[in-house]
Amino acid sequence: MSTVVTPEPGTRPETSLADQLRGRSLPAGAARVVVGVALATAVLAYVVGASPVQAVLLAWVVTLALPVWSYAVEGRRKAVDRLVTVLVSSAFVLALFPLASILWTVISKGAPVLSAEFFTYSMRNVVGEGGGIYHALIGTLLITGAATVISVPIGLLTAIYLVEYGAGGRMARWIRFLVDVMTGIPSIVAGLFAYALFVLFFGEGVRMGIGGSVALSVLMVPVVVRSCEEMLKLVPNELREASYALGVPKWRTITKVVLPTSLAGIVTGITLAIARVIGETAPLLIIAGMTDSVNFNLFDGRMATLPVFAYTSIRNPGVPPEFALERAWGAALVLLIIVMLLNLAARLVSYFFSPKGER
Amino acid sequence: MTTTPTPRRPRGVRRAGDQVFRGLSTGASLLILLVLAGVAVFLTVEGIPGITADPQDVKSGESFLPFVAPLVFGTLLSALLALIISLPLSVGVALFISHYAPRRLGAALGYVIDLLAAVPSVVYGAWGIAVLAGWLAPAYAWLETHLGFIPLFAGPASATGRTIMTVGVVLALMILPIMTAICREIFLQTPRLHQEAALALGATRWEVARMAIFPYARSGIVSAAMLGLGRALGETMAVAMVLSASGVVTFNLISSTNPSTIAANIALSFGEASGLTVNALIASGLVLFVITFVVNFTARAIVDRRKDFSGAN
Repeated sequence: MSTVVTPEPGTRPETSLADQLRGRSLPAGAARVVVGVALATAVLAYVVGASPVQAVLLAWVVTLALPVWSYAVEGRRKAVDRLVTVLVSSAFVLALFPLASILWTVISKGAPVLSAEFFTYSMRNVVGEGGGIYHALIGTLLITGAATVISVPIGLLTAIYLVEYGAGGRMARWIRFLVDVMTGIPSIVAGLFAYALFVLFFGEGVRMGIGGSVALSVLMVPVVVRSCEEMLKLVPNELREASYALGVPKWRTITKVVLPTSLAGIVTGITLAIARVIGETAPLLIIAGMTDSVNFNLFDGRMATLPVFAYTSIRNPGVPPEFALERAWGAALVLLIIVMLLNLAARLVSYFFSPKGER
Repeated sequence: MTTTPTPRRPRGVRRAGDQVFRGLSTGASLLILLVLAGVAVFLTVEGIPGITADPQDVKSGESFLPFVAPLVFGTLLSALLALIISLPLSVGVALFISHYAPRRLGAALGYVIDLLAAVPSVVYGAWGIAVLAGWLAPAYAWLETHLGFIPLFAGPASATGRTIMTVGVVLALMILPIMTAICREIFLQTPRLHQEAALALGATRWEVARMAIFPYARSGIVSAAMLGLGRALGETMAVAMVLSASGVVTFNLISSTNPSTIAANIALSFGEASGLTVNALIASGLVLFVITFVVNFTARAIVDRRKDFSGAN
């Protein structure tokens, strides 16, 4: 909105004052027209025979006409503004592109593999075609379940400490800070930690499902703490004070007032934490290992999991490779579906069950 | 338990339930600190034999320093590549979500970007081999022909596309969501009055971003970048699957001989390792832990210094 208009020599005297003050600008629908032209060019190029990538690039180049046009009509400042708008919007589209490609690849390659046999058979004594992910599914559920059982009490109690007991204190600040730092521990380091811990008790080469749970807990606890803490903080202080005023002890106030109020948020946070660790591969590769058979015992021997199954199938497909690769895509799709369902469930819980007004 | 028997002490009444509950929650938070210390202690205990091991006893046939140095190089190189690609992209995406997209769409678009974080790393790895490497291979051939005089693109270009550059792109995608989330959060916290003052002075949207939002968000962007860097340093499976590594030290980004990373090397060789080789791998894991810990610690310290920042993850 430049307010200074350099009077051009050819300005006619009957130009109104408003026009002189406003400065020249592109017509209102200019951006839409240019984007429309760009899309039309892309479709045309694709029909004529360009590859999708070339068509998209061409469309993008055409969009750059907008800042050029703007420079001719409106001047440098507005042209830069429009250029940045184009760049920022294309950054977003560029980020969506791989997401779409990943989803498309996994679904198109994984969907044909899914069948009743795929879900109910293990890989025991299977060479080449056939077999399934039953053993890996069981392993993933057991290990993640055990990790949840370990992490949730620790994480929730820590969050309670941070909000209710240590609030504002130096120790609470340090714990919060170190929990934040812990969220950045590489997953493979968590796996090595679990291995180094279990080696002390069980000797070299230990592989155990529960070790995977311990490793996943190291990754999961910080997430649970932070999300539960945010939720506990949202509980209005008036509720606590009303409870105290009735003579209710603090621990009863926490268990009967604070936790039920924030339950929806806590469930959401825990679900998201599960979704985060259920796809972890590296720690399970280290400590839980891989096997072709079903293993229901967390405390005895190797245990297959979905991500490790997908990884080993791609890494060592055997001969002929196509069957193992198919199973790998199938396992990847199942894993992706589980993660997306958990995310969806978390959002739904927080949408439908959170106190009104805090959505 | 609901009434206090001794009215002489109006505060500080001790109840068994309170004591137990307080002890439990304090204990849980101390346990977390213990685990963090435990990670360092156990890795050190199991790693030291690997550091001091005789070169003949480990699989690589080298003493620890020559073994780990190329891996550290590869780890830093791939993470830096990822950061260089991802930082402008995530700032752009965050700005789009917070200030350019229609307000009602903003939250929904944020969820869509968060979906990228939900994709398991093994899926990223599989996609990187099956799709992305294929897309990028022609680009590498082009770079070698036209920009081959730059050492970075000296080639010979990898025909499979499984290079450290591809790894950089995959890692960039994986760290995009967390960086976008933090940048978005900070952009949204820019004081409204700063922005409206700039608008009132006739600034365009870009000038508002440059003069009001970025100066306010600078430290937040720095810490977002460092958190992303920390993630990229420790990412394992995508690197292990996509990279065709040969353990060399080179800045050549597009050839088929690439430096490996610490995490990928552990994942690839842990299964078959035995004896002191295992200890050497654990020691390299300790190196990785120290690097990521320092990066994350610094990033969080920067975030923490801003009291008004609420945290985006």
